[in-house]
Order: sequence, then structure tokens, then C-alpha cells
Amino acid sequence: MIVDSAAPAILVRDLHKRYGDLEAVRGIDFEVQRGEVFGLLGPNGAGKTTTVEILEGYRERSSGIASVLGMDPGERPRALRERVGIVLQSSGMYRHVTVREAVRHWAGLYPHPRDVEATIADVGLGEKADARARTLSGGQSRRLDLALALIGDPELIFLDEPTTGFDPQARRAAWESIRRLQDLGKTVLLTTHYLDEAQALCDRVAIIKDGRIAVEGPPSELGDAETRYRVAWTDEHGEHRSREERDPTALLHQLTSAALARGAAVRDLSVTRPTLEEVYLELTAQDDAAPVEPTEASR
Amino acid sequence: MSDAALAWRQLRLERKMFWRNPSAAFFSFALPLLFLFLFGSIASGDTAQLRVIIPGIAGLSIMATTFNALAMNLTFLREQGVLKRMRGTPLPTGSYLAGILGNAATNAAIQLIIVVFASKLVFGLAWPADLLTLVVFGVAGVVCMASLGVAFSHLIPNFDAAPAYTNIVFLPVIFISGVFYDVKHVPVFLHDIANLLPLVHIINGLKAGLVEGGGMSGHWDDLAVIALWATLGIVFAVRGFAWESKRS
Repeated sequence: MIVDSAAPAILVRDLHKRYGDLEAVRGIDFEVQRGEVFGLLGPNGAGKTTTVEILEGYRERSSGIASVLGMDPGERPRALRERVGIVLQSSGMYRHVTVREAVRHWAGLYPHPRDVEATIADVGLGEKADARARTLSGGQSRRLDLALALIGDPELIFLDEPTTGFDPQARRAAWESIRRLQDLGKTVLLTTHYLDEAQALCDRVAIIKDGRIAVEGPPSELGDAETRYRVAWTDEHGEHRSREERDPTALLHQLTSAALARGAAVRDLSVTRPTLEEVYLELTAQDDAAPVEPTEASR
Repeated sequence: MSDAALAWRQLRLERKMFWRNPSAAFFSFALPLLFLFLFGSIASGDTAQLRVIIPGIAGLSIMATTFNALAMNLTFLREQGVLKRMRGTPLPTGSYLAGILGNAATNAAIQLIIVVFASKLVFGLAWPADLLTLVVFGVAGVVCMASLGVAFSHLIPNFDAAPAYTNIVFLPVIFISGVFYDVKHVPVFLHDIANLLPLVHIINGLKAGLVEGGGMSGHWDDLAVIALWATLGIVFAVRGFAWESKRS
């Protein structure tokens, strides 16, 4: 088997998936570099999970190219499954197995597993190591999912909505685990409904809509270039004003020099960038009104 | 780790899980034994009756521990997503299937051993007349019923329906196949149906091994029917083995 370590972790070209008459994925292209955390966002039914499940080897693609760690996921080579960890959107567990037994069993499936106890501790289940799977809370089960995905010491980890159902504290803890993965040089493909999650974790994101990538790029650079900064202030008449600028330098200079000339302060001044959420909502709203331009991957 | 070693690990996990699930353990384990002692005590002292009932219960045990248990268990694991999760690991399909079949076969073997000892020590029959024939039909019965159980699990839409689907096959089959009485007493048309199905033939072979003796001769046709069903079962169990339940 040829394994090209210089190849991108994931390479997708013109990927299509049809279920009978329904075309769930309609020509998707993207690449994930090694060591990158890449986020796939989009409304339900947009084709996120179908795309990820093709890359995980659960679904066969109808056409196009898919390459994962230089291998074809459609052939499900064992060498690939040994190097990939998967957290599915929902997957059950033997009800009566304990956390430690499960992690130990899974460790035995891989050629070079991580340490069982360390992995359990890493995901924060140290105190639950002897608890049966059926007694775990939703968040704890999800952490067990993560432990089982990491035990094989994978190079690439698929996380399909890994923090759904978490309380805010547990989410922060999960984010920390994902950041640690990135520090270790792992590649992560993340799908999520939470835009703040994508903004906090991802180096790059792609928003999928109607089976196509509507926009792709680093979270901070998404959206219309003309409106990348929003400057808001309260003017001398006490009115709230806001303007969107590609480059706010000139506007800020005007505001501050005018205020200095009057001997007053610029009140309530703020300069913000559109959040991923705003971009996302804008994009999906546009798409509802007009048909999507195919694969207008921005920048 | 070799495929065989992975199968062995899977078998050990399945064994552990089996004993921790009391209701499953009851249905595929205690129930056949309960039948053995109930029907055995009803027929107590009536050697002719016992010579029918004990091989019948042995056949029922094989079906309960393999066909019923696998159909129910796989439906559960499939619906819960455990199978899908397994599929994402390097575990080879063959090792996984060997593990769960090994688990079912172990239960069947334990039951057969209990039946053999109970028939001698509790009901006063002789030790098995022909151990080789008993083993041959025990193994053939396990392979046949286990593969049919895996295949049948694909027809069960969800776990809530699993007990109904399983019992609608299991109960009529054990009644027409002469588990509790001599198959000669069954009406002809039911007898004909039963003869098309594997359980009667498994029981015929077990009867030869347990009480009648006389070796394999005269039971090759039984073995042929079992082999036919086993082939069918294996084809449908393995071809397109479903790792995920169909979403509605």
C-alpha cells in the first residue's frame, strides 16, 4: 500500500452522493492539511454527515475523488482504520461494559494504542472508570466515545457533533481536549451545529448548503469582504451609529479626530468583526431567497 | 494482533456481557433448563417419554441459545449503533462474527452438557449412546441455527419488535418439531411442514446421539437438510451483513 505522508490528510474532489432520486452531495471539493482542525458546518440535511460518512468508510460515494491519509476510504483498508479515530453523531455501547473494559478492549484492536488509564483520565472519566456504560450521563457517554476514538492513537480524528448535549462546562473541557489533539499534531475533521465551537476550534471551516460548499475559509475571514468590520459609536447628537467597512482605519481616524477637535470623547465606540454566526445566518438566508452559486469558495 | 486473537478477545467480551445481562441470560439459558425439569418431571419414570423429551429439549436449547439469542442481540446492537461503531475500528468482520458465533456456540455447548448430565443423573437415562453422532449434530445444529439467527436479524425492523419476530418463529417451530412429544402425534400437514425445517432433523440426530445409538447411518438425510438450511443461513448472514439499522 502506498502511503504518501506528504499528501493532505483529506482530499475531496467533485464528490457526489445520490440516494435514488435524492442527490445529497452535489459536487464538494475541499482539502484538510495535516495538523489542521477543519470544521464542516451547515443546516440539517445539508450533506455534512453524508460527506463525513463517505470519508469514514461507512458510505460509498456515487462519483468523485475521496482520499483519506492517501488511501481510498471506499475500499475500507484496515491500514486506514488503524490510523483514524471516529466519534459518530450517535453510537451506543454495550450496556453492561465498564468504561475501563471498553477502552481496554478497543485498545486491543489497534497496533499501537495509547495508554488505557491515561486516555480515560484525559477525557475526564477517571472517576467513572469502573462505572457501567448504561449508568453514564449523556455527556459522560460522549466522553467515552472520545476515549474510544483516541485509544488507537489516530493521526486523523472525525468528530461528528462531539459536544451536542453538553453543559457549558463540559463543552469547554471538550474544547480543551480537542485543542490538545491539535497540539499533538493530529488532524481533526469536526462537524458541529455550534458556530461558537467552530470559531473557537477550527483553523478553517466550510459551510455546506444543499449538498455544496457555499463558503470556505478561516472563520475570521468568512463573509463579505466589504463588511468585514463593523464600527459602532454614539454621535454628538446621542444617536447610535454603525458602519461596515472593509478597512476601518480611515473611519476611525475621522471619528477620533472630530471628537478631539470638539474636545469630546467618542462614546460607545466598538469595532467588531462579524461572527461566524452572522455569516452563517446571512448565507443561509440568501440561499433560501436565491439559488446558490455552485462552489463559490471564497478566498 | 492476528484475526484469530481478535476473535478470541471479542468472544471474551461477549461472554462477560452475556452474564451481566440477566434477562438475556434467562431467556436463552434458564428457560430451556426450566422446560427440561418441568417436562422431565411430568414424564418422570416414563422412559419412552423421556427418550423423546430430552433430545427435544436439547434441540430447543440449541435454537434458543443461537437463533433466538443472535437475532435479538444483533438487532439490539445494530439499533444502538454498537455495530456501526465496531465497523469504524480495525476489527475484521470475520473476527467479529467469529466472536459472537463463538459466544452462542459456548452457550449451546453448556446447555447440551447440562442436558446430558441431567438425563443421566436426574432422570435416570443412560449416558449418551453415541457421542460422535451427538457432537456432529450438535455442531451442525449450532452452525445452522446461528447463521439463520444472524440472517433473520436483518428482517427485524427494530428492537421493540425483536421478541415478537423471534417468538413467532421459535414457538410454532418448537411445537411442530416434536420437542415436547413424539413427532408422530403431530397432524400430517404440520408434520410435513416441520420436516422442511431444520429443527426436526437436528432433534433426530441428537436423539440418535443421546438415546438411540446406531451411529450416523440413517441420519444422513437429516444432516443434508440441516446443511441446506445452514448454507442458506450463511449466505444471507454474511452477504450484505447490516452494520446499521435502516433509518425510517
